[in-house]
Amino acid sequence: MTSATQHRMLPPGKSDVPLAIGYRRFVHRRFIWLVALAVAVAVSIIVNVMTGPAGLSFSDVVQGLLRPSVLTPAEHVIIWDIRLPYAVMALVVGACLGLAGAEMQTVLNNPLASPSTLGVMYAATLGASLAIVFDLSVPLSLPENYIVPICAFIGAVASIGLIQILSRFYGATVDTVVLFGIALVFALQALVSLIQFVADSDSLQQIVFWTMGSVARATWEKIALIGGTLGVCLVFSLRQIWMMTALRGGENYAASFGVPVKRLRLVVLLRVSVLTAVAVAFTGVIGFVGLVGPHIARLAFGEDHRFYLPGSALAGAFILSGASIASKLLVPGILIPDGIVTALIGIPLFLALLLSQRRRPH
Amino acid sequence: MTTLCVSDVSLGYGHRSVLSGVSLGDISDGAVIGVLGPNGAGKSTLLRAIAGLGSYTGGIVLDGRPVSQMSVARRARQVGYLPQDLPQATSLVAYEAVVSACRAVRPDYSMQDVNAAVEQVFDSLDIRDLAFRTLNQLSGGQRQLVGLAQVIVKRPTVLLLDEPTSSLDLRWQLGVFKTVRRIVGELSGVALIALHDINLAMRHCDGIALLSDGRLQAHGPPSKAMTGETLRQAYGIDGRIELCSQGVPIAIADGVVGTGRRAATEP
Repeated sequence: MTSATQHRMLPPGKSDVPLAIGYRRFVHRRFIWLVALAVAVAVSIIVNVMTGPAGLSFSDVVQGLLRPSVLTPAEHVIIWDIRLPYAVMALVVGACLGLAGAEMQTVLNNPLASPSTLGVMYAATLGASLAIVFDLSVPLSLPENYIVPICAFIGAVASIGLIQILSRFYGATVDTVVLFGIALVFALQALVSLIQFVADSDSLQQIVFWTMGSVARATWEKIALIGGTLGVCLVFSLRQIWMMTALRGGENYAASFGVPVKRLRLVVLLRVSVLTAVAVAFTGVIGFVGLVGPHIARLAFGEDHRFYLPGSALAGAFILSGASIASKLLVPGILIPDGIVTALIGIPLFLALLLSQRRRPH
Repeated sequence: MTTLCVSDVSLGYGHRSVLSGVSLGDISDGAVIGVLGPNGAGKSTLLRAIAGLGSYTGGIVLDGRPVSQMSVARRARQVGYLPQDLPQATSLVAYEAVVSACRAVRPDYSMQDVNAAVEQVFDSLDIRDLAFRTLNQLSGGQRQLVGLAQVIVKRPTVLLLDEPTSSLDLRWQLGVFKTVRRIVGELSGVALIALHDINLAMRHCDGIALLSDGRLQAHGPPSKAMTGETLRQAYGIDGRIELCSQGVPIAIADGVVGTGRRAATEP
């Protein structure tokens, strides 16, 4: 007889309403919110495609997406080759950063953790800066369009690798990892500044633009790469949802339940580095989403990771999607880099959300 | 029937010895052992070693098998260890905190089995009213009860509880011991409970293991292990053990003896 069977044979609880029913209602509510957020993300894509100099109505866009054959050649190019890749790129990059931030905050037990906290973003910037200033496409024999993303990716993954090696050498506690990450941020910032100092004016302009972050250079090929990576990482994340949920009760508790805490942290940080690296390699630095997406998800869904992780990915997607719409609207005719808009618009909204939550009585 | 054998266990951190040759012999047949001792005596370290969370020398054998050779999953199912610290005050709901503890250890359970187990544990600890509150809305004592629920939900045969009543009032302290007794009795398990409350330990435990400076000072039934002499040696206090009207031994402290580290660290 299994332990579970023994439980069923025990006397029923005092209350007539089983807790499981109350919990099911609780879960249903969260599920509905998750669906609502997914719908909001879908609507934001349509609005994003509608937004731009060539006016397209909501019905034009919906019809153009569902039946591309009815579109004129000009509309087809506008929707399918320009605006939709831009909108979908914002979605997948935002989802990658939201998911990466959520997982990082969980395994580092730190609500301030995000892909930029451990220097992953700055390492990507260093890689990109090196590629731009020293024109590495020739010595590395790599395609010119991909040399910056590839170097950014290598930089991001190397930063997590370095932190893992150092923290394992000195004992992989959460504090050690965070401290090494912070030290790395300062070191990388100094190196990027040094490269900027020696760069010529053209290279300097490119580096500065890259650090502002933009999803404007979207192509379906890049989207497939980022989306594929997101899908694979999400599958592995969902396999560890209960371990990560248990970890939120405390490291000592999780270890006592048999959660291999150190191994879990290692695996999750590697996954975070891949997600971040792939996302920022093609867009440049977009720092705000990975920090705030998880906070919004936590406020809406709590910390059951079955909802928190997909919720963070959707929140990240929604923030960046909204920012990419705003970047087209703020100054008509000029596309303001998304990295700037996310912070300018997102932070006041986030603070308002946080303060309203604090005022709400328990 | 569960049998836990602890023999000649030693361990240290760096050059500092924390436990030195601790032997508790065979513990079996529903025994509840109180692990007592002053601060820094090695109580938590002993429980962590038995839980397989620290390396040690010597023998810790559970049902004929060394704990160090058991797989993490099997050990986690059989041994329930409640850490000394409270569960973190996060926005995790108490019900799902217990569900996650069960799922992390028993991925083979269906959600129906998990819900049944969680329901039962909330009833057994009488904390149904906490089920849908987040951990950051709970008091320290309430979080301690949720932590205990996380540990006992998988129904381990060995319970290792590190100061499980440190944040609880008298009513809940008695409730915890009642629950521990019931689980240990139902599963023919064993429990080792680290405590600071000598009287609570003498009232509710079958045996006492008194540690001092990492060594076993006394071991046996409460009335034999706890004497004026052992109180003096372990805690550095001038005290005595008396029997109250129901024949239950109680410790009475009359004052601190001597000076030095032990006298300074004790209240």
